[in-house]
Amino acid sequence: MWDPLFFVEVLIGGLLSGIMYSLVALGFVLIFKASGVFNFAQGALVLFAALTFVLMLEVTGDFWNWTAGLSIGFAGLAGLLFLLNRYSLLNDAHRLLNIKVLAFSAAIIVALVLAIFIQGGHNMWRGVFIALLLFLVLTVGIRKPNAAAAVLLGVAIIALFAGEINFWRSLALTLVVMIVLAIAIEAVVLRPLVNQEPIILFMATIGLNFVLEGMAQGVWDADVHGLDIGIEDIPFEVAGVYISQFDIFVAVTAALMVGAIAVFFNKTRIGRALRAVADDHQAAMSVGIPLKNIWAIVWAASGIVALFAGLMWGSKLGVQFSLALLAFKALPVLILGGFTSIPGAIIGGLIVGATEKIFEVFVGIPYLGGGTENWSPYMLALIFLLFRPQGLFGERIIERV
Amino acid sequence: MNDTTSYLSINDIHLQFGGIKAIQGVGFNVRKSEVFSIIGPNGAGKTSMINVISGFYRPTRGQIHFDGVDRTDYRPEQVARLGFARTFQNIALFKGMSTLDNIMTGRLLKMKQNFLSNAFYLGRSKREEMEHREYVEHIIDFLEIQAIRKTPVGRLPYGLQKRVELARALAMEPSVLLLDEPMAGMNLEEKEDMARFILDVNDEWETTMLLIEHDMSVVMDLSDRVMVMDYGEKIAEGAPDEVRVDPEVIRAYLGDT
Repeated sequence: MWDPLFFVEVLIGGLLSGIMYSLVALGFVLIFKASGVFNFAQGALVLFAALTFVLMLEVTGDFWNWTAGLSIGFAGLAGLLFLLNRYSLLNDAHRLLNIKVLAFSAAIIVALVLAIFIQGGHNMWRGVFIALLLFLVLTVGIRKPNAAAAVLLGVAIIALFAGEINFWRSLALTLVVMIVLAIAIEAVVLRPLVNQEPIILFMATIGLNFVLEGMAQGVWDADVHGLDIGIEDIPFEVAGVYISQFDIFVAVTAALMVGAIAVFFNKTRIGRALRAVADDHQAAMSVGIPLKNIWAIVWAASGIVALFAGLMWGSKLGVQFSLALLAFKALPVLILGGFTSIPGAIIGGLIVGATEKIFEVFVGIPYLGGGTENWSPYMLALIFLLFRPQGLFGERIIERV
Repeated sequence: MNDTTSYLSINDIHLQFGGIKAIQGVGFNVRKSEVFSIIGPNGAGKTSMINVISGFYRPTRGQIHFDGVDRTDYRPEQVARLGFARTFQNIALFKGMSTLDNIMTGRLLKMKQNFLSNAFYLGRSKREEMEHREYVEHIIDFLEIQAIRKTPVGRLPYGLQKRVELARALAMEPSVLLLDEPMAGMNLEEKEDMARFILDVNDEWETTMLLIEHDMSVVMDLSDRVMVMDYGEKIAEGAPDEVRVDPEVIRAYLGDT
């Protein structure tokens, strides 16, 4: 029953589903490149992003009104801070501290009021969540309140005036959430650990993993949500081979994203700074690289990648807790491609996708009773580890994970 | 206060880690374009002092003024932006990068280009890159490390690594150069080379230098002025010849005999 056309079809299907693995692996690579740390929480980031997105799609007009109202309120506060700074009324350190305390208590009060006004268990947490996010934008922006005010007003405008185009509104807001989350992670988790061993940072990401998983499900909920991004999974025929339209869409998206990331990290000075930070924290600081900005940028980038991965996987499997387990599917991809290589993540994904499908169809189902997709990538990775432990494009042997 | 006598002014610095007092009330002024050395036995607090000045440690008490600006609470990257460059006692280079790439990181602060100009005005970015590259090549010539331009620094011998570190610091076009034991672990010939480079840099760019050494003989010929530290305190300051004969200094170095 050997049919070359069928083989090609399985191969193409495998390659295209491999791109889906690459999307998840990409997030790992970004963070590993910048800090030499395997980010255990990447799967949770995917889940968090997808849940945030899908529930922003589902929530009612009230949610948007609250977001808009709060954003305008905080933007006003940020603007006030800007004016105070402008007329140098805040140069005194104590005064600045007072303003921070003031802003903090204001945020708490707003969050509580919000929680009381919007009745119901989950809604309360959502209110607290939004208020905290906005507050975070503000506190980060205390040094640059004008920037914070601009961001908040942007959020308000998105929330209020984007009309019925819910998809784009949710996408834009989820992007803001992921960026704010990255800044928060940097400030709370990473900054205290500057100059520590990578293994310590790795442990911190395990903790972060649980926090994010819990927060995602606490703030939103733990049900399975359908996600329709408007691309239907209809196969079409090219020269006798059926190809899924959805998979093609995923592949194109992934290609665009990889292109953007490649330009960002190879063609900009941030790319050079990134390599420097990955190599030596102290030396990077001594040449004037602000470590915290670099980390925030990288985490934001991998948060955005996680959002796209979450959207693609979510529309395939439904948005649910198992998205967090995708991290484990990305492992063999990383081992194949190398932890530090962006092209490696793509090629690794393609190889994993193609082999698992071909193995399943031509060996698994006829001889082993099927279900080999669950373990064949790991076998492949294991064999790979024996012969090329640094992966196809890896820079060095991974001794840190 | 723009006078040259207090270009970099360190005032009553205290530094404490838990119960350990690393620096206890040390203050001094570095003049513009001079070579100022801090010497002292091991554990005297010299490296702590350089870490305070470069922003890696925040002093428990005291102020640092540079060119009239209070920069006590600046973080390392802000200090770097002010025009401070430093080297490390235990060499902090980007081990995976080539010599050239290491030195190029010193130009990061000087690069104006941003993401958009990179993506869309490739010509301008390329020209800027070329200008930086030119400056770096000048430094490479100056420090005589042409031959190792493409070598990953992890493979270089110790003495050359120290020189690459100096090159990276110079690439930042610093106003103040902080050198933490630039000659530690070197043989005599390498020490003489390094001493020559330090003097040449001072001549050519009039860079203000703050030099740390525990080997007293090395710095005496290089320095305009010397400060001596022991157990976290300043015990002497002055011209090398005065300091050399100071009884306190002799006691610190030779012990009470």
